[in-house]
Amino acid sequence: MTPGILPLLPLLLPIAAAALILVVGRHEDLRESVTLGTAGVMVVVVLAMLPEILEGGRISITLLPLLPGGDLALRVDAFGMIFAITASVLWFLNSLYSIGYMRALREHDQTRFYFCFAIAIAAAMGIAFSANLVTLFVFYEILTLVTYPLVVHAGTPEALQAGRKYLAYLLGGGICLLGATIITYTLTGTTEFIPGGFLAGTGTGLMLQLLFILYMAGFVKAAWMPFHAWLPAAMVAPTPVSAFLHAVAVVTAGVFGVVRIAGWVYGTELMAVLGLGTVLAVIASFTIITASLFALAEDNLKRRLAYSTVSQLSYILLGVSMLSMAGLTGAMVHIPFHAFLKITLFFGAGAIIVGSGREAISEMRGIGRKMPVTAVTFAAAAAGICGLPPFCALISKVYLSVGAVQAGEVILLGVIIASSVLNVAYFFPIIYTMIVARPPDNRALGEVREAPFTMLIPLIVTVAISIAIFFFPALPFLDLAGIALAEITGGGF
Amino acid sequence: MNPVIAHLPVLLLVLPIIAALLILLAGMVNRNFSYPITLATISFQFASSLIIMVSVMTGGTIHYYLGGWAPPMGIELVIDAFNSYVLVVILAMALLIAVYARRGTALDIPPEKTVAFFVVFQLLVTGLCGMTITGDIFNLYVFLEIASISTYALVASGRNTRSLIAGFNYLVLGSIAAGLIVLGIGFLYVATGTLNMGELAAMLPASYGLATVQAAFLLLMIGFSIKVAFFPLHLWLPDAYTESPSVVTILIATATSKVTAYAMIRVIFSVFTLQYITESFPVTEMILVIASIAIIAGAVLAIAQDNLKRMLAYSSISQMGYIMFAIGIANQAALEGGLLHILAHAVMKGCLFMVAGILIYRTGTTAIRQFSGLSKTMPFTCAAFVLAGVSMIGIPPTIGFMSKYYLVLGAVEAGQYLAAAVLLIGSLLAVVYIWRVIEIMYSGSHQEETLHTGAEAPLSMLVPVLILAASCLFLGIFVDVPLAIIEPAVTLLLGVG
Amino acid sequence: MTEELFTLFLSRYNYWMAIVLMLIGLYALIAKQNLIKKIIGLNIFQTAIFLFYISFADVTGGTAPILLPEGTGALYVNPVPHVLMLTAIVVGVSTTAVALSIVVRISREYNVIDDDELGEVMQRP
Repeated sequence: MTPGILPLLPLLLPIAAAALILVVGRHEDLRESVTLGTAGVMVVVVLAMLPEILEGGRISITLLPLLPGGDLALRVDAFGMIFAITASVLWFLNSLYSIGYMRALREHDQTRFYFCFAIAIAAAMGIAFSANLVTLFVFYEILTLVTYPLVVHAGTPEALQAGRKYLAYLLGGGICLLGATIITYTLTGTTEFIPGGFLAGTGTGLMLQLLFILYMAGFVKAAWMPFHAWLPAAMVAPTPVSAFLHAVAVVTAGVFGVVRIAGWVYGTELMAVLGLGTVLAVIASFTIITASLFALAEDNLKRRLAYSTVSQLSYILLGVSMLSMAGLTGAMVHIPFHAFLKITLFFGAGAIIVGSGREAISEMRGIGRKMPVTAVTFAAAAAGICGLPPFCALISKVYLSVGAVQAGEVILLGVIIASSVLNVAYFFPIIYTMIVARPPDNRALGEVREAPFTMLIPLIVTVAISIAIFFFPALPFLDLAGIALAEITGGGF
Repeated sequence: MNPVIAHLPVLLLVLPIIAALLILLAGMVNRNFSYPITLATISFQFASSLIIMVSVMTGGTIHYYLGGWAPPMGIELVIDAFNSYVLVVILAMALLIAVYARRGTALDIPPEKTVAFFVVFQLLVTGLCGMTITGDIFNLYVFLEIASISTYALVASGRNTRSLIAGFNYLVLGSIAAGLIVLGIGFLYVATGTLNMGELAAMLPASYGLATVQAAFLLLMIGFSIKVAFFPLHLWLPDAYTESPSVVTILIATATSKVTAYAMIRVIFSVFTLQYITESFPVTEMILVIASIAIIAGAVLAIAQDNLKRMLAYSSISQMGYIMFAIGIANQAALEGGLLHILAHAVMKGCLFMVAGILIYRTGTTAIRQFSGLSKTMPFTCAAFVLAGVSMIGIPPTIGFMSKYYLVLGAVEAGQYLAAAVLLIGSLLAVVYIWRVIEIMYSGSHQEETLHTGAEAPLSMLVPVLILAASCLFLGIFVDVPLAIIEPAVTLLLGVG
Repeated sequence: MTEELFTLFLSRYNYWMAIVLMLIGLYALIAKQNLIKKIIGLNIFQTAIFLFYISFADVTGGTAPILLPEGTGALYVNPVPHVLMLTAIVVGVSTTAVALSIVVRISREYNVIDDDELGEVMQRP
């Protein structure tokens, strides 16, 4: 484990940028270039750490002695890199997209928007690179708090209502996570993430099982049912918020946390012994199927995508629950693969809002004629999420399926297949409506035009990346997952 | 040793009395002299407290014999890690409040009473400092009363006539409490023949079984509980905090309540010792239960309020419950949390009440409903409220979170899972009442009719607010700075007794 | 049985008197409506405490704690509680002074010094 200053940069840079944004707030172009510039530098910095991680190394830095239980410390390892690369690359693209979106809609309070976004990415990086539970918790809560102004951005009573729900769920979860962290510390004297876990043998079986439930309650950000309601509610936020935070950063932080607990606090063996795999499998399966059913019923495009996210996130939880090599690999790589595809879908939804002002699917008949780029990329990403080639999600689904077989749980394989069918069931009608169906009459598409250029580029890029990953999955996500897995299973399983 | 430094403890007490006289005299010439004299005195006191704290940390506990008379005949001032810490906290707050008071008194205190205000202010500071550093239990009572009587007068001095009644009720309850305390002290004297706290601690164990000592403990506990406004003996607090002048509210919410809590902890742990409350007369469980009720009840009552100051008053009841919680658990981690909360609450509540004062000064109202859209005209004030509010809720990395963490840690270590859950739920309840205000401040447009002036707060009021708000964050991030003195303080409380 | 109760009472009659006075004072403080009477009650309560202290300072056969010219062999009553109570009396006087000035202000503002009527005044916003 090498000490280094690099892990600190992805945290400091956005915080500095946030301060700068506050200062230059009134000068819009300057402010936007701060965001974009910082995002670009972030990608470079994160990728700079990649070679060392790929060789199996880890970079760490201790920032501050903070609390009994853990210092504020960062450690970059393979699994953290998966999250970090996803977040930083997508932040760059999302920032570009936001500029187009916010300016096209002439949104208010843009300075506050970019400020909160910058702090949010810093918090996400903090979660990705956290070396112990205390650090994870600190950044977790900061993320909750700083995304609130983004959720209630519109300032309407509905937005405020949604914001209250958001806070209630996420802060309530935070309390549970705090309790779980402190209990872990009292049981073991430490909260450092150790590959393979460190809880074994420290408490009674029942106690550790209850503790796991407490942890799951803490990771409400993973949107597992029935505590998922905050996510559809949060769709009142501007689309860049929904795209990035609620497809990538906040929700990923949730599942990231669960995987960390499974691999680095409990360990796969302990999970198996305590039967926690079954618990997780039940929660995940329930969420996957039920969320897909809810998605079928939604007419609002963003809310349908939200339920799709809820469902897809539980794929990751399902993969973890299998406690098998392929299952865990599938879970880890589904994080970035789902992110790239989902953000494309949200980008598309936002483009439609900008180009036509419409949010309901039923109003989008034939919109593809006027917004071809948007419609095609949306369709492609939708196909990708369903698991069709040549998109990356196919790879993660294959791994998950193999993992189910490896674990001897054929029922989980059934869940994956069933949900894939449901995916098609709720995505296909959107594509049909947008592209194939004819608009109700000639005037219906009158003012609709294609989204601005700054929004289209990220759309195309994310889809392209999703395709590229399909052909070159090893770089770097599969490799990273492999290293992480080797870490936590000690090489053999 | 430099003679000034050697006598700093007693200078801390004598100086504000002299200053009070000076202000009275100078004020007869020109009332504008009162403010600079106050500022100078408290600055000197604050600097002295820092010097004393450094001296205690390097050289150990300071024993200062007043007039050179050694105990038990004489009264001594004992300054160890615990009270030097409390001293620094309250004098820092007093200094910030003194700066704030320049404009802060404008609304509530008519100009011809400015001199009187600052005189009583100085006397209050005297009382508080005296209470903090004395080593003699009757002396503690005397300074407690000096502080209390000053407070009664200050509370009753608001422009609002309801403040008179609030002050009177506070006086009645406070005097009953004082009576109980002095009775308790008398019982202790009967049992041991000494009033010196150190000697009491040494001599009491022999008499632990006596009903006299038990009665003394109960009387002292109840008396102090009334003074600290520990639920359910808190009834004077909401009216007193709401109706008194804003500056006075800040003073009593931060300094007085902390010192009284300190006195309670001091008497319980240094005079009666941990053994007594856990073995001979086990009351910790009961204290824990009552504290838990206080935390929840205070928060629930706060949620129901429309008046900002009254809401913060009930919130204070809930927060003082946290400190009682620490006493109820009585282990290293919990007491560290409790002591840290003394600092945290002073900073957070001070900031929140200062913001309340600014809002009243600028808008003339305390109704939360009327604050809509204020963030546009008073961005810094509202931002400070958000920061202090977030700290109150206990979100990392603020200081409010740090103290909460230690308290929960102490509870879990002691196996009190239910109590830990109560504490966590309490912070969720805090979200409700804090967030309501933030939502209103940041949305909607301000109704023009309620404006006095819509501008941001004047600098002399804004600077202390911002300092306190920033402290919520920085003290949290660099929490090991206060912890460096809290840890030895707690060890001393628990071990030596 | 009554024998013991009697001795119990007689041997510590000073404590009993102090308690009775305290309770009378508290009763006046709490139950009386008139504010001045409340203050009087407070004073009675405090005086009871003074008496309590001074009574336990008594040493059987002791004389007033003033040094006799010969200095030796005399038994003195414990002077410390007397001294403490001097301080406490001062505290009581200050408290009474503040209380009375508040009551004077109240009476000027409301023309009322009765607690019940005051309660109505407080209700009005």
